[in-house]
Amino acid sequence: MQTCVNVVETMVPCLVQGGVDPGLAQFISILLGVVLVSAFPLVLVILLIWVERKIAARVQDRIGPNRVGPWGILQNVADAVKLIIKEDITPAGADRLVYNAAPIIAMLSVILIWAVVPFSPVHIGVDLDIGVLYFTAVSSIGTLAIMMAGWSSNNKYALLGAFRVVAQLLSYEVPFVLTLLVPVMLAGSMSTQDIVWGQVGMWYIVVAPISALIFYIANLGETGRAPFDLIEAESELVAGYNIEYSGMKFGLFMANEFMHAFTANLLFAVVFLGGWWGPGATEIPFLGFLYLMIKTTIVYIPSLILRATIPRLRVDQMISFNWKVLVPISILNVVVMALLIKIVQVAGIAPAPGETDFLAHLPMTVVLLLGNVGIGAGVVTVLRNAGRRDRMEAQDLVLEPNDEKSLSVTVAH
Amino acid sequence: MSIVNQWAFIGVFIAVAWMLPVLPLVISWVFRPRRANAIKMQTYECGMETVGDTWVQFKVQYYIYGIIFLVFDVEIIFLFPWALAYNQLDFFAFFAGLLFIFLLTDALIYAWKKNALEWA
Repeated sequence: MQTCVNVVETMVPCLVQGGVDPGLAQFISILLGVVLVSAFPLVLVILLIWVERKIAARVQDRIGPNRVGPWGILQNVADAVKLIIKEDITPAGADRLVYNAAPIIAMLSVILIWAVVPFSPVHIGVDLDIGVLYFTAVSSIGTLAIMMAGWSSNNKYALLGAFRVVAQLLSYEVPFVLTLLVPVMLAGSMSTQDIVWGQVGMWYIVVAPISALIFYIANLGETGRAPFDLIEAESELVAGYNIEYSGMKFGLFMANEFMHAFTANLLFAVVFLGGWWGPGATEIPFLGFLYLMIKTTIVYIPSLILRATIPRLRVDQMISFNWKVLVPISILNVVVMALLIKIVQVAGIAPAPGETDFLAHLPMTVVLLLGNVGIGAGVVTVLRNAGRRDRMEAQDLVLEPNDEKSLSVTVAH
Repeated sequence: MSIVNQWAFIGVFIAVAWMLPVLPLVISWVFRPRRANAIKMQTYECGMETVGDTWVQFKVQYYIYGIIFLVFDVEIIFLFPWALAYNQLDFFAFFAGLLFIFLLTDALIYAWKKNALEWA
């Protein structure tokens, strides 16, 4: 009877003791975990949309939803009910199978990411040894879903939105994956749980701030949020890929967008902010979950404020920002970090694996941080010069017409 | 957990997770009105009647981005094992990785010089 003290953590031996077949017991325990992990983001998203609307409202000097329930917190429940009883319209000439499958696949891709998110030292859906690769792969299925939605709608705006997906989401996946190499190098593992354990002494955002910054920006691009929300640019594409969707299918796309934004920040917290790690987290697992959520909120709220304040980029600007700025920096970042990590190892000042003491991590952190400052300074210098050159060229273009006024301005320069 | 169990979890996860988005769709299917007519089902195009075919030839630029992405993504997959084992390798591993990343950068510079990155 000893094993039956805690039902959640020792469920399998508990059931076997009760006379259940071990294989079945294993299956029941897996099933319970799956239902818990996959239902959680769906419950969370109702709250997230409320938070987002409240913050956007504050930025725009409004109050936001405030009628349904206390502080309008039940507004999204009301919205969900409204979406459910709306008529569903499939436009004429749409590819029905693809059209109907797209919102389901979009939602699925985000829910699947949660399988490898470590909530606490003991609570994780499944600690895959290729967790990082898994969530990268699964989240790019979302791109496919948006492509499917845009293509199958038989609408020109939706199709344009889908084309932009190829240009944007695919492009931003390159720096996203490139920067993930650095935490993998530091942790020596691709399991999300091991990456959190690797940060027990020092968070990776301190060791590799440039990687963290690129990851954050690429995350914004990946989730299609402002200033990178070109796939659903209201002013040019009306609504983008989901233009023909109505009722609950539209609701799924909307919920998917909010969930993806939160999940992306959750991954940021796991990979760079130490995940569940905090004082007392190893003893009380619930505390770890709380720490993770607090850290995620700390990076999630600025992304909401960014969304509400920053104007949208143009397509060409956004693409060249990715390929000409983010990708070169992330390649340089990987090379410099690899070199410094090896130097630190050869010099023998690297902390032993599993070292939890803050001081043991200090020498390596200082070296890597200096390297990051170097990269940052170099990049800022190059960008500043390039920006100055661009401005000069733009000025020349304006002054090209051969009238006297512009000539005198040129002379004055 | 053994490796089979790990992927069994993912298998069960996929089997359960797709039901979660389907559930609201089913509820909606029960409650929603069905008053379709031909005009309502027309494709939206800013109030105009739609002109021509939607599924037309698209700009080759999108295809080029797709190709560049493919080159990078495949090469990055090869870099992950290198990064994973990096701590156990000697100094030569850095130069081996450098050579590989150089080839990657080479592709980027080539695409850049060929103006494949310009939105024309």
